[in-house]
Amino acid sequence: MTNARRLAWLAAASFALTSLGADTRGAGAQAKTFKIGFLYPVTGVFAAPGKYMQEGLELYLKEHNNTMGGLKVDVDVADDQGNPSVGLTQIRKLVEQDHVDVIFGPLSAAVGSALVPYIEQHKIAAVYPIVSSDDLTQRTPSDYIVRTEWTSSQPTHVLADYAYKTLKYRKVATVAYDFSFGWESLGGFIDTFQRDGGKITKEVWTPLVTSDYSPYLSAIPRDVDAVMCSYSGAAAINFIKQYKAFGLKMPLICQGNTTDESTLQETPDAAGMITALQYTAALKSPANDKFVAAYTKAYGHEPSYYAEGTYVGAQYLDRGLAAVKGNSADAVAFVKAMRAVRVTDAPRGPLHLDDRGSPVQNIYIRRVDSVGGKLQNVVLQTYPNVSQFWTYNPTEYLKQPVYDRTHPPCNACGS
Amino acid sequence: MSVGRRWIVAAAAGFVVALLLPRLGVPTFYVSLLTQTWIFAIVAMSLDLLVGFTGLVNFSQAALFGVGAYAVAIGATRFHVTAFVPVMALGIVCAMVTAAIFGLVALRSEGVGFIIITIALNEIVWGLAYQWVSVSGGDNGITGIVRPHVGPFDVSENTGYYYVCLLSFAICLVLLLVLVRSPFGLVLKGVRETPRRMRALGYNVWLYRYLAMTISGGFAGVAGVLFAWYNQFVGPVALSLDQSTQILIIVILGGIGTLYGQVFGALVVVFLSNELSAVTQRWEMVLGVIYFAVVMYAPGGLVVLVPRLWNRLLGRRTPVTAEES
Repeated sequence: MTNARRLAWLAAASFALTSLGADTRGAGAQAKTFKIGFLYPVTGVFAAPGKYMQEGLELYLKEHNNTMGGLKVDVDVADDQGNPSVGLTQIRKLVEQDHVDVIFGPLSAAVGSALVPYIEQHKIAAVYPIVSSDDLTQRTPSDYIVRTEWTSSQPTHVLADYAYKTLKYRKVATVAYDFSFGWESLGGFIDTFQRDGGKITKEVWTPLVTSDYSPYLSAIPRDVDAVMCSYSGAAAINFIKQYKAFGLKMPLICQGNTTDESTLQETPDAAGMITALQYTAALKSPANDKFVAAYTKAYGHEPSYYAEGTYVGAQYLDRGLAAVKGNSADAVAFVKAMRAVRVTDAPRGPLHLDDRGSPVQNIYIRRVDSVGGKLQNVVLQTYPNVSQFWTYNPTEYLKQPVYDRTHPPCNACGS
Repeated sequence: MSVGRRWIVAAAAGFVVALLLPRLGVPTFYVSLLTQTWIFAIVAMSLDLLVGFTGLVNFSQAALFGVGAYAVAIGATRFHVTAFVPVMALGIVCAMVTAAIFGLVALRSEGVGFIIITIALNEIVWGLAYQWVSVSGGDNGITGIVRPHVGPFDVSENTGYYYVCLLSFAICLVLLLVLVRSPFGLVLKGVRETPRRMRALGYNVWLYRYLAMTISGGFAGVAGVLFAWYNQFVGPVALSLDQSTQILIIVILGGIGTLYGQVFGALVVVFLSNELSAVTQRWEMVLGVIYFAVVMYAPGGLVVLVPRLWNRLLGRRTPVTAEES
């Protein structure tokens, strides 16, 4: 037989086989255990906050004998590396290979939004315990996703109100990360502050990866009542340090991640900063005292909002699963059941989800104080039952585009 | 059988195995990793045309790949262009135009200067994708891309889409092999070896490099289009400098100047990065050691190593060279 004929024969045989080939995968039998596909950044730039997520879920399961809704829990971990493409590959593994019952995670908003079409196509229930992108529960909500933490602009609406009405600030400059989380968290502030009657005189946006903030700090006008910022992780540490080193005296008020417990002890210059968030480890309440004590005992450090958020996400998962009596096969019904859960004993305080699936909860105005030699986010004021729409009419609110670099437009820039 | 014949048979056998894989009970997750392998093999081959055959180390390949991917995403979500042929053509044209523009800028210099300029160009395109939110969706990227029908076939399922990528890879490989064996390809090799002599012989070295870059961009665009459909999502990470580096690593691992060697490079990078990360948090270190070992002990790439190991297994001692270019 010549090579050419041998090849032709092989090709024909392979085509025949491919068209005849049977699907050898067995149908997944109803598992006795409840399988959680835990997708979070184990490695990569978000590995540090990712560790808090892991600890939050681990602590919850430890406290509940590794059961949820009466079922034994099996956790399959996958590392999204904070990268959307990797996240997509890993979710395929969790769903198609490990046949998990629910997706729990991720941390990064970019990964979170990349997963949505896959989740909807495969009709799998998902709990997003951290991701905060506004539109996930505003303009493009999904029937398959429960978001238990917050929307990026939720605490900053409140901070703006506090800055205008209580702190009596009238002129503010802003500085933040130049990407969607920065825009949304500042958008909430700028929107409310301007509606209340305040003036934003300058917006400074810094690239995501910046080690030297001085060119941006010198662009901030000195004649303002305060500077509003939004950072997290290593960027927060660098920014706060350089702001003080640069000799800027204007009070710094920030989106709450900037002084999150995961980085707070590394930023001694943060003392006096006023921020807003739905959680602080310094919150005095029986539920939080218990949570902080257990967490500190287990891991040797305070919980951050990432840890508490994951813990609350687990509470939702557990109670939602109990509500459907452990039958999570119908993802839409399961998600509906989770959304109906009202958690009254969360460390952060009571919360429930609105009809678009976003938490209605307390927002705390916090100030960084040194308590017994340790920095803490001490609560100054509590705004109860804050919705993602603040006090605005949801229909009107949703007509405006999602907050970005240019929206809402700044009312006094260049003046 | 001559060495050349043996390679043809090996390639054909490999292709047949690749055709059969999804039908042999390989779990769908691995089918999707293999799909990714074909896509990355295509973009790595496109870079190999420059690195291995023209002597240009281009760090902007991810930008071209990404332009192809964004073309699909924007075409699908804004203008509802979703059929296979128009979308593929759109992606290829966009990537080629971008490559042609890059060529005008980058080919004004050579060597290290060329590398630096291509890094800068890649960063510019990445910056656009990241910041120009109204077009690119910024950091959150673009979702809602639907896989097309190819003729009468619905390839939205994993297995169907696997065949689209496998066949695209095979077509790209054949086209590139024909190209590098053509008189045009021979001139490229001359340009790679001794640009000065080629100039003395009357060849327009700049023009050949420019054409190679533009053609390479087209193939990178094919991979980008396939990647956008594969993930049904495009974000700025797809055209980051990291991605460019990863493509170059695939080329080096697979075997510079071999084209088909990129299959091995892509296999190793795709599978190891996804499987190792489940085993250890130090997976990047393990990958680093593997890259290092390949460069040290098999500088010709895995494509040289594989037949060598195969021969040793069979007890043969004949040296086999993959390289005959």
